[in-house]
Amino acid sequence: MIDTLLKSLTTGSGFWNPLVWGLAIGIALLLIYMIRGFGKKDYKINTEQTKAFLSGNPEYSKDEMHVKGSNLYWGFTQALKSIYNVLEKMHNGNTSDYVLWFVIILGVLFIVIGVI
Amino acid sequence: MSWFDIITTHSPALIVAVPLLTAFLTPLVSKINNTVRNLFVLIMLGITGLLIVILGNDVLTNGIRVYVFGGGAPLPSGMTIPVRIMFEIDSMTIFMVIITIILAIIGILYSWSFMKEEDGQDKYYTLILLLVTSILGMELTGDLFNFFVFLEISCITSCALIAFYVNKKEALDAAFKYIVISSIGALFILFSIGLLYAQYDALNMAAIAKSIQFSFFDRIVLVLLIAGLAMKSGLAPMHMWLPDAYSRAPASVTFVLVGATLASLYGGLRVIFTIYGKQLLTLVKQIGDIEINLNILLGAIIIALSVLSIFIGVFLALKRSDFTKMIAYVAVAEIGYMFLAIGAAISTFYINPDTGAMQLTTSGEMALKGGLFHILNDALDIGLLFLVAGAVYFATKQTSLNKLGGLARNMKYTTIFFLIGLLAVSGMPPMNGFASKLMIYQSIYQISPILSIIAILCSIMLLAVFVKVFQSVFLGPELPSLKNVKEVPKSMLVAMALVACIIVFIGLFPNIIIDNLVTPAANALQNTTNYISTIVGGA
Repeated sequence: MIDTLLKSLTTGSGFWNPLVWGLAIGIALLLIYMIRGFGKKDYKINTEQTKAFLSGNPEYSKDEMHVKGSNLYWGFTQALKSIYNVLEKMHNGNTSDYVLWFVIILGVLFIVIGVI
Repeated sequence: MSWFDIITTHSPALIVAVPLLTAFLTPLVSKINNTVRNLFVLIMLGITGLLIVILGNDVLTNGIRVYVFGGGAPLPSGMTIPVRIMFEIDSMTIFMVIITIILAIIGILYSWSFMKEEDGQDKYYTLILLLVTSILGMELTGDLFNFFVFLEISCITSCALIAFYVNKKEALDAAFKYIVISSIGALFILFSIGLLYAQYDALNMAAIAKSIQFSFFDRIVLVLLIAGLAMKSGLAPMHMWLPDAYSRAPASVTFVLVGATLASLYGGLRVIFTIYGKQLLTLVKQIGDIEINLNILLGAIIIALSVLSIFIGVFLALKRSDFTKMIAYVAVAEIGYMFLAIGAAISTFYINPDTGAMQLTTSGEMALKGGLFHILNDALDIGLLFLVAGAVYFATKQTSLNKLGGLARNMKYTTIFFLIGLLAVSGMPPMNGFASKLMIYQSIYQISPILSIIAILCSIMLLAVFVKVFQSVFLGPELPSLKNVKEVPKSMLVAMALVACIIVFIGLFPNIIIDNLVTPAANALQNTTNYISTIVGGA
């Protein structure tokens, strides 16, 4: 049983052992903790030192400060707008169109498998 | 014969009978009170789980089990054609029913608090138990018409459950789309079963597999079955019902519904590996000197559609701003990963010159194992994310990412469970998703490096999708509108914790599952000859 628990997962061209990975992560965390120890210890909590600096501008309200979900990856989706237009056209919510895709795939399969 | 032997002998029938009878008893038990009903349903599913363990142990130790309804096993004396309803259970079946019962038990536990305030709970429990019954039936049966009957039961119960929030038009819309698409898929499946029956006078999968010739009609049947089951599994571009259905149903329903989708995938595997298994190396096309066998064509089609699923799923998930819909698109991508591995495996079938037997290459075998392992991992990972989304909705009544934020402050446990689900779905070590995706990437790389690269890149994009969710739902400042949000009730937390623990356990010790469940399942799928000879003799 213990042997099975500790066994590496072999994939034919590599292996994976989560316990070895855990050990490596543990060592990495220890190193991070040690490096953290070199940091400054003389900052004062709840003073200007720990407040967010927004180029001298006043801090917004909590609601406005939060980056909303639709703001994220805006550049990515904007750059690939043409692809998104096609994909969203496919998902138009019309059931007849959904069935049409099934018919198209049936047709393709009939041709490829050699029925037609 | 001891009582344990009797239970072992009849366990295939009991596994379907117990949840079925429980479904019809639930409205009566509801008359006592809700707590008794909830406990009753959970205990009965626990008993079903126990029966699955007993049957699983028997099958993994002694090989394929055949259960004939109304007759002695394997067949009534003197009969050569299996005309009765038969359950045929091999390691692949066991693998699937284990996944189903895990989803069912945890889904019911989660429902205790999640559905507490809803009306019509007795109907809800009856429907969800009927759905579980139908999924188990689809997986246990060895008869194609029986498979269709269970598939229909699953369609109807799923539709009713998706439309559970009848006061929401989106839920009704999703249920309508689901029943239309499912009925069309099921109709084609029924038509193809009719064609097979007309040709071979049999409905039993093993009997058909023994006689199949890959005639003109058999080609039509193959196309209809694959297209119908691929649509029910949510493979692109026939996946469009899935994001609506998954995101509009109650979270506990979606959790079990994942099992129904996977049961259709299982049906597809049975069609390709069991019914058409012996015909996979049939020459289908010849272009010049190049001979193209059925396995190459099927593999190529499945790979093309799975890559499309991964692309569509990941790209659309990245743009969604609705929590549940985003996870639903990720589910489409995950289905693509499973099919990618299975398609790659199918394309590597060859005839071993030493033994003369048809088999997979080493990388093909690894791809198949990776694909099967990913079925389990996907059910758990995507399921956990849906449960978390349900918990967030339960606490805030919101699913829009634009209206959520800073929930990690008030929902610490839910945040941890989301983080575990996030890492698992994105294939990050040391979660279970990493182990199965590693098997898929490395085996597919041997077959086609470009496919492996696409799969890895899309997995990274999946991580980006969930970083977006994590940031917008759980991180950031505490929003004034969500100041009074509280952690969800204990039964929901316990359900999510159970899934999270299984995910971490499988991630840390993947070999336990691979050696004891995945490898036997992959071997059972490949060994068509053994399946046929055990059930109908002389393959």
